[in-house]
Amino acid sequence: MFDRRVFLKSGGLALVAGGFLPKVFVRMASAAALPSGNRKVLVAIFQRGAVDGLNLVVPYGEKTYYDARPSIAVPRPGSGEGAALDLDGFFGLHPALAAVLPYFRDGSAAFVHAAGSPDSTRSHFDAQDFMESGTPGVKSTADGFLCRALVGNATKTEVPSPLRAVSLTPALPRILAGPAGAVAMNNLAEFGIRAGTATPAVSDSFESMYSEAVAGVLGPTAKESFEAARILKSADPGRIAPENGASYPGGPFGNALKQIAQLIRADVGMEVAFTDVGGWDTHAGEGGSEGQLSNRLSDYGQAIAAFAQDLGSRMADVTLVTMSEFGRTVKENGNRGTDHGHANVMLLLGGGVRGGKVYGRWPGLDSSHLYENRDLAVTTDFRDVFAEVLAKRMGIKNLSPVFPGYDLDARKRLGLILA
Amino acid sequence: MRTILFPRRLPVLLAAAGLLAALGSAAPSASSEKTVLTDREKAIHVLNRLGFGARPGDVDRVLAMGIAAYIDRQLAPQWIADPAATESLRRFPTLEWTEAQLFDKFERPLREAQRERRRDQAMAEGTKSAAALDEAERIRRMIPPENRPRRVLEELSQARILRATLSERQLNEVLVDFWMNHFNVFAGKGLDRVFITSFEEGVVRPRIWGRFEDLLLATAMSPAMLFYLDNAQSVADEAHRPARPIPFRRGLFGRGGSANPNRVPGGLNENYARELLELHTLGVDGGYTQKDVTELARVLTGWSLARPEQATGFVFRAPLHDIAPKTVLGMSFPAGGGIEEGEEMIRVLAHHASTARHIAFKLCQRLVADDPPRELVERVAKRFLATDGDLRETVRAVVTSPEFFDPCHYRGKIKSPFEYVVSAIRAVGGIPDDALPIARQLAQMGEPLYLCQPPTGYSDTAQAWVNTGALVARLNFALQLAANRLPGTWADTERLIPPDSAKDTKKAVDALSCALMDGTLSAETRETLEKRVADGQRIGGANAQIPMIAGLILGSPEFQKQ
Repeated sequence: MFDRRVFLKSGGLALVAGGFLPKVFVRMASAAALPSGNRKVLVAIFQRGAVDGLNLVVPYGEKTYYDARPSIAVPRPGSGEGAALDLDGFFGLHPALAAVLPYFRDGSAAFVHAAGSPDSTRSHFDAQDFMESGTPGVKSTADGFLCRALVGNATKTEVPSPLRAVSLTPALPRILAGPAGAVAMNNLAEFGIRAGTATPAVSDSFESMYSEAVAGVLGPTAKESFEAARILKSADPGRIAPENGASYPGGPFGNALKQIAQLIRADVGMEVAFTDVGGWDTHAGEGGSEGQLSNRLSDYGQAIAAFAQDLGSRMADVTLVTMSEFGRTVKENGNRGTDHGHANVMLLLGGGVRGGKVYGRWPGLDSSHLYENRDLAVTTDFRDVFAEVLAKRMGIKNLSPVFPGYDLDARKRLGLILA
Repeated sequence: MRTILFPRRLPVLLAAAGLLAALGSAAPSASSEKTVLTDREKAIHVLNRLGFGARPGDVDRVLAMGIAAYIDRQLAPQWIADPAATESLRRFPTLEWTEAQLFDKFERPLREAQRERRRDQAMAEGTKSAAALDEAERIRRMIPPENRPRRVLEELSQARILRATLSERQLNEVLVDFWMNHFNVFAGKGLDRVFITSFEEGVVRPRIWGRFEDLLLATAMSPAMLFYLDNAQSVADEAHRPARPIPFRRGLFGRGGSANPNRVPGGLNENYARELLELHTLGVDGGYTQKDVTELARVLTGWSLARPEQATGFVFRAPLHDIAPKTVLGMSFPAGGGIEEGEEMIRVLAHHASTARHIAFKLCQRLVADDPPRELVERVAKRFLATDGDLRETVRAVVTSPEFFDPCHYRGKIKSPFEYVVSAIRAVGGIPDDALPIARQLAQMGEPLYLCQPPTGYSDTAQAWVNTGALVARLNFALQLAANRLPGTWADTERLIPPDSAKDTKKAVDALSCALMDGTLSAETRETLEKRVADGQRIGGANAQIPMIAGLILGSPEFQKQ
């Protein structure tokens, strides 16, 4: 049963916590050396495969959680080794995410629980597609919502940088597809034409070939490539070492965040960064405090913590937001795993975040409150979370084109970003 | 060490022939407004779409045979002799091994090493992720390289690239790529790293010219798919199992182990049932509900695989099958059924109108256009249904349609990384000896073979492949290949053109354009190339420019398209 008393108490605590000025801003305010008017950067992270949000931020105040998950539940805080780390008296953080906890405690990180897409699909492909297009239920949307956000933001007189949107992925993700022009790359160091001493000549030739009409759909892509390569060459972000003693875990996700931090420091005009991280589709052998999910979360949490530590006071310009296509079943399945569910949890970290709080209306886990009788219900549409970030951090005035057909009533917003 | 397989003079003659032919053909940039393709364009189109592009001389060979005859021949690959591809596979013994053999050779030593290590380290505690990586590495080093599991995937990836490059059965290789992608299995998931070989060699390759139903059923019963989409572990709720007690040990794959062997793990896993409907058959809009997914998962309970240490392949575990009544897509199954329920559902799905449309759409998207003509898809779907899902006849309906040769599709589709890389090697008459560096390049371009994690497989549309980082990777590949700097693949672009043409700027560009693109480069691209050669000649000799020009042509916008 869902314990209302614990919940109310936790809500109250969280509000108090949210009232303090996050430490990151105290540091920021005193950092007089920092140039004013720094460009704000949104770092969006997609956890592909549907991470189990109920084990990421554990509703330990609900007995139903423990009843539904006899072999994979994370124990209540204070119950010894492997226990959840208390967040607010009702929710606890998976112990493998210990590295992120200090940021929650100092008010620079927040979670939104029971968030997600209202569409009922439990197909990874469709759900990711809907989330990235920003139009749940509508398949015909051609571009991604972060692309539309950038287009909507391009009203300034300055020419946008070809690196205004960078995806640290081998291919351009759906969320950035479209006319804004985004760059996808795996590795900053390897970006650019490599032809030994002939490199400038060969680059020129390619550039001229691809500037012609014959390039067709490839033309704009190529133009961005060559400009981006030029900027990267002169800014040379690869030379920028992690600061403040930050140490990124090895592996693709840590490497992607490390390079995003380098791009931020190199001031190449980046407004949106994206990367994704997989391995969350835990149908079998998910594990509780330890095991498959725990190992993934450990790498994930260490990478995010290293990113925040690396950027230090610069983090005040950066807002990191995570998403995952849907959550997982409340009940564990016969293989000590979980199947495709509905609502999930999002993490926000960095500049502007009123942290130290788990946001969102908690719908409860007893069967009468579940979505289709089996899954955590969505009480916060992911679009409302992004709408707030885009409006308050990126300064986007008109959000209707970003989320077409969606009722963007500002009253639905959670107030998780400082005005 | 390397042998040149074609006579020295041949490419020169062929290039000259191509040059003459190119002079006789209309300006290629005007082709989009034309109503019909010339025969030469048709030959190029067929080589691009029913294969991985032309090798030196291929266009003339297809013209000599006749377009229709070439298509017919490609549709019956069993009659095409294929010595070069067959020869190239002899170095990969694992292709012919069974799952049990692969398990014995590559999984067992690893498990034994892990056990040994665990014994040694019984005291060690608190493994951080970095420490865990070291541990994995230490275990790997206990096993000789030729017995490490990655060898299986390395051999299979090389074989796929070599066959696409060398095989005369080009359409067969295109369709292997298509069906392996349709029934995608991520070889990075556990035992799939050894199951993937028999999935391609034993399940998919032998069935792509037969009936869809047989292919579908074979994939449903394959260890690779059963493991990848978790059906092997999906069992009936305890209340829905046959009444008699059954001894069953937990941990199908040698892991885990239950304190009470009579306590059977219980629970449905919907993963495979969902993808079977959404991706393999009906399509996401094919008209099914969440309830159908759950009921189909119940129908498929007990479809599992043997413990690889003991036996191979599919097993139906009757004691774990759901025997309660079920209804899927309006079809009722009374209580007490067994394996035949799943077989019947697969039959029904294989012949469903939504499946016909889904398969027709995907084939047309692959072979014709990203956004294929609706009427063509409908016609192909009808053919699929009328021929009982005969895949040869379905493909024939696509490639002999008037839409297939519509000039608007000529060089109208962006090549996938695999298509691009293989077509470039074929164009220069390259001879791959070690294809692993090519496999690594594919990963850079976003298409690592056998390693697409989501069950959707890779996208077949330009949007997925046209992006900045991947384009740069393509251009660098082109330069490397043409300069003979791609490790493991021999390519000599100077041999592609008549020796005297290298002395003259215009001639060199023309000759290379003929050799690599059958002379169909745009005027704009030619102009750029001529300028490059002219500038280059001021600095160094003309001959040194040839690989660079070839690299620029292979990297050109025209060569990205098929």
